[in-house]
Amino acid sequence: MSEAVKTRRWKRPPFIENPTLRWGLWIGAAIYLAFAFGTMEVNWDRVTEGATRGQRFLASFFPPDFTSRWDSIRDGILESLWMTITSTVIGIILSVPVGLGAARNLSWRPVYLFCRGVLAVSRTFPEIILAIFFVKLFGFGPFAGFLALSIGTIGFYGKLLAEDIESMDPVQAEAIKSVGAGWLQWLNYSVQPQVMPRMIGLGIYRLDINFRESAVVGIVGGGGIGATLLTSFDRYEFDSAAAILLIIIGIVMVLEYSSGYIRRWVQ
Amino acid sequence: MLRIENLEKRYQTGDLALQNVNLDVPKGQVMALIGPSGAGKSTMIRCVNRLVQPTSGKVFLGDLELTHLGSRELRRARTRMGMIFQEYALVERLSVMENVLSGRLGYVGFWRSYFRNFPQSDIDEAFNLLERVGLDHMADKRADELSGGQRQRVGICRALIQNPDLLLVDEPTASLDPKTSRQIMRLICELCDERQLAAIINIHDVLLAQMFARRIVGLQLGSIVYDGPPDGLTPEVLTQIYGEEDWEATIEATKDVDDEEVDVLEAAAALHITKVNPPS
Repeated sequence: MSEAVKTRRWKRPPFIENPTLRWGLWIGAAIYLAFAFGTMEVNWDRVTEGATRGQRFLASFFPPDFTSRWDSIRDGILESLWMTITSTVIGIILSVPVGLGAARNLSWRPVYLFCRGVLAVSRTFPEIILAIFFVKLFGFGPFAGFLALSIGTIGFYGKLLAEDIESMDPVQAEAIKSVGAGWLQWLNYSVQPQVMPRMIGLGIYRLDINFRESAVVGIVGGGGIGATLLTSFDRYEFDSAAAILLIIIGIVMVLEYSSGYIRRWVQ
Repeated sequence: MLRIENLEKRYQTGDLALQNVNLDVPKGQVMALIGPSGAGKSTMIRCVNRLVQPTSGKVFLGDLELTHLGSRELRRARTRMGMIFQEYALVERLSVMENVLSGRLGYVGFWRSYFRNFPQSDIDEAFNLLERVGLDHMADKRADELSGGQRQRVGICRALIQNPDLLLVDEPTASLDPKTSRQIMRLICELCDERQLAAIINIHDVLLAQMFARRIVGLQLGSIVYDGPPDGLTPEVLTQIYGEEDWEATIEATKDVDDEEVDVLEAAAALHITKVNPPS
């Protein structure tokens, strides 16, 4: 090697240092995928046979029939909207104290652990499982759905509130503390202004989620439009079911659009 | 006004931030606290208003010993100490007026402050102060719409509306350009003079410290290594505080600036700061 050309080579250091482990992981993943797809049983005869039946099934959705079951569709929608709005409002109101307690930077350690526990439990079970549970407890109907969605909202909103508070600017909070403000004043003047815009946006987003979930909890007996949808399937009234699906899609799109708009507006 | 006795702060990590600090700041004195980053300047003023809890030692504000106050008494004591921050620390999504009025939070109840229903005398005082720093037309702007110098003026108003006896000022100019820095330092010093406030100003800029303070305290690794007038900062002293460096240039520069500085900057400041008699 001549002394004149002494180039120093550079390569980005690999994420996993050990080459055996690095390549082992890649090869292992490839083998697993090959087996996974290899053992997937597809019976092509049944697929072709089912395809024509599926076509007939889908065809029976058209044209959607809004009129013959309109009364129960309307009742289902109103019930779902009631469930959505009440569970969002109650869930958010209850999640504020839980969220404050679960923010490490303003809570006392035992309270923190307790609130984190509440959040973890309410986030462990998806709304549909909570709904099955509450239907068993309180019987069929929208009250069970309302409870399931409220608890889902507490888990969702409380956790995001706690995380937002944990990532706030500590200096602004320190400044308000330094003027001699009380604890509630401190929350109102330094924490709330920092988290409010995002929390309004998330509240509207949760309204959107709760409406979609209200259709799901109905299927397990939690009332609302989901119950109506299930009934129409059970009666083989696919044209009415199509109408219900279209209405759900419409409402979700309206909520989606307006929540995006409102979130941009509050920022 | 402020007396610190044997103050020590050891962080949970074991780092000793302050040791054996003794200091007496009389009424009306503006004192600059200089020292390198990490010397404990910030920790020291935060030990005074207990944003940081000192490990041992005593801090007296007038006759009141601060280090053992319960939360209610501490809250009351904090109203007597105004604090000004490096990054202004305004609540960005609140308006200028709300930020200034937040300095009165220690004096009003929760519901009054929640509905922004402050006493008329507080609102009058807020407008007086904003007028004094030339920002009364900005009262309803959101704090994050202001420039750095404007924000720091709002920060000064927030500290002064507390009607404090003592100002704790943490690197007020570190985020500002040189000209604005001088205006802000001048404003703080003028206001302290008018209201006979004691002030501790943390500042790492030796030049600015020498220009504006009548007393300089040098902190190095948590201990006071210099306490005296600005012209006592010889190269030897600066080396002791900051470490080995060529200090002659710094010292020369201060002498030049002192003379011409005044006219130029007074003129510049007059454009931005309307002089109004302080509210009684």
